Amino acid sequence: MHEETVYDALTNAHDDAGHWAFGTGFDDPLAGVDTTVPDGVDPADLGAYCLMLGDDALVLAQRLTQWITAAPELEEEVAIGNTGLDLLGQARLLLARAGSVGVLGRSRSRATESIPDEDALAYFRDADEFRSTGLVEAENGDFGQTMVRLFVASTVRLAVFARLRDSRDPVLAAIAAKGVHELAYHRDHAARWVLRLGDGTPESHRRAQAGVDAVWPHLADLFTATDVESRLAAGGVAVDPADVRAEVRDVLTTVLERATLRVPEWPADAPPRGRTGEHGPERTGLLEGLQGLAREHPAATW
Amino acid sequence: MVTADMAISAARDPRSVAETVTDPELPALTLADLGVLRDVRVHEGTVVVDITPTYSGCPAMGVMRADLLHALHSAGFDDVEVRTVLSPAWSTDWISEEGRRKLATAGIAPPGKAPVRTAGPVPLQLGPSRRTAACPLCGSPDTEELSEFGATACKALRRCRSCREPFEHVKEI
Repeated sequence: MHEETVYDALTNAHDDAGHWAFGTGFDDPLAGVDTTVPDGVDPADLGAYCLMLGDDALVLAQRLTQWITAAPELEEEVAIGNTGLDLLGQARLLLARAGSVGVLGRSRSRATESIPDEDALAYFRDADEFRSTGLVEAENGDFGQTMVRLFVASTVRLAVFARLRDSRDPVLAAIAAKGVHELAYHRDHAARWVLRLGDGTPESHRRAQAGVDAVWPHLADLFTATDVESRLAAGGVAVDPADVRAEVRDVLTTVLERATLRVPEWPADAPPRGRTGEHGPERTGLLEGLQGLAREHPAATW
Repeated sequence: MVTADMAISAARDPRSVAETVTDPELPALTLADLGVLRDVRVHEGTVVVDITPTYSGCPAMGVMRADLLHALHSAGFDDVEVRTVLSPAWSTDWISEEGRRKLATAGIAPPGKAPVRTAGPVPLQLGPSRRTAACPLCGSPDTEELSEFGATACKALRRCRSCREPFEHVKEI
């Protein structure tokens, strides 16, 4: 049977319940998936790692959303929206995985019971509980800088996800295998913009170069493993970020050189900041936009 | 509302009922045509249906689940469980021949072969577009890409240089 509209279908399926207004509102995204933690893996570590990967996607999706109604052309607005949607989907699965192993931080006590774990994590954690990196949290800047950041962030994430396809956690491996298709499409789309802008007009070149120079310092803490990542990588569950450094550097250099952009000096490795909860004021501002309404009206339904 | 159709359908097997459910965003195709419907089986009196998302953020998963439950409940199967399967990941290669034919009939260019994903680094694609698609309206192979992203996550937008009509293309992933 086919419903006339999406809303008919929802109404039929949930005759007796409203919908949590700010979140996914649907069933558990991992319904039916075997979420048993593999032998020898610390659930707390696994959950913490899923938060790192999930928060990066959630935060970058939120940044991309800020372009909606403001993108330079309609097609690009659709592209940015679709890219954000893919990332939001990855975030949802990863945060649900974190919830399935009991890593909920303070969020569960703040959110009402009817709110799914992944929404509780997204809307009811404070800035210091997020594990996203400075790379994805930074302000968008202009369109050129946004595309440079998207290119760099998707390159790093794709390199990690390509390896995670072999993770000993089958849920993480499945999420990664799915994400690889999407991230390759995002990276290549953003890379083509970097080429077009860098090798375009003097003004587009100037802006793309300024974008590169603004994004580059955020590479410093991306390739230093946290203790959680080191332990999980040793057990074949996670990827040690140091292992992707050479590949990322190669991809970034290839594209920037073809775009006639100057490749800045590679920053020295720094201890992880965002991954351990350290954050700048930009994370707080970003979360106010993401969480404000949900916190103002907890458990609101439509 | 009970109709004669439903009384007849109650006698059918759950798989054939599930296979009639169409995709919310591509209503010309069933979930089976799309390769989203992975399995239907009966386990200890419960109908268990496996579906897989096309994209991680596919907003239609909840509606698919609701449509499947509704169709099976209407056909007389009271005990139904719809499960998500994440592995193996969906790609456009899961769309059946019948599904491709229906897409073309609906004016949407079907996808070509999905890029092969091997272990190791994913190679960069820096060309303007690696995708080609014949116009589903006039059949001309002379088409150009207007936008890599379309109205839904699974589609790109193209235009035919022969008949000048724009059309959607299910992009290969």
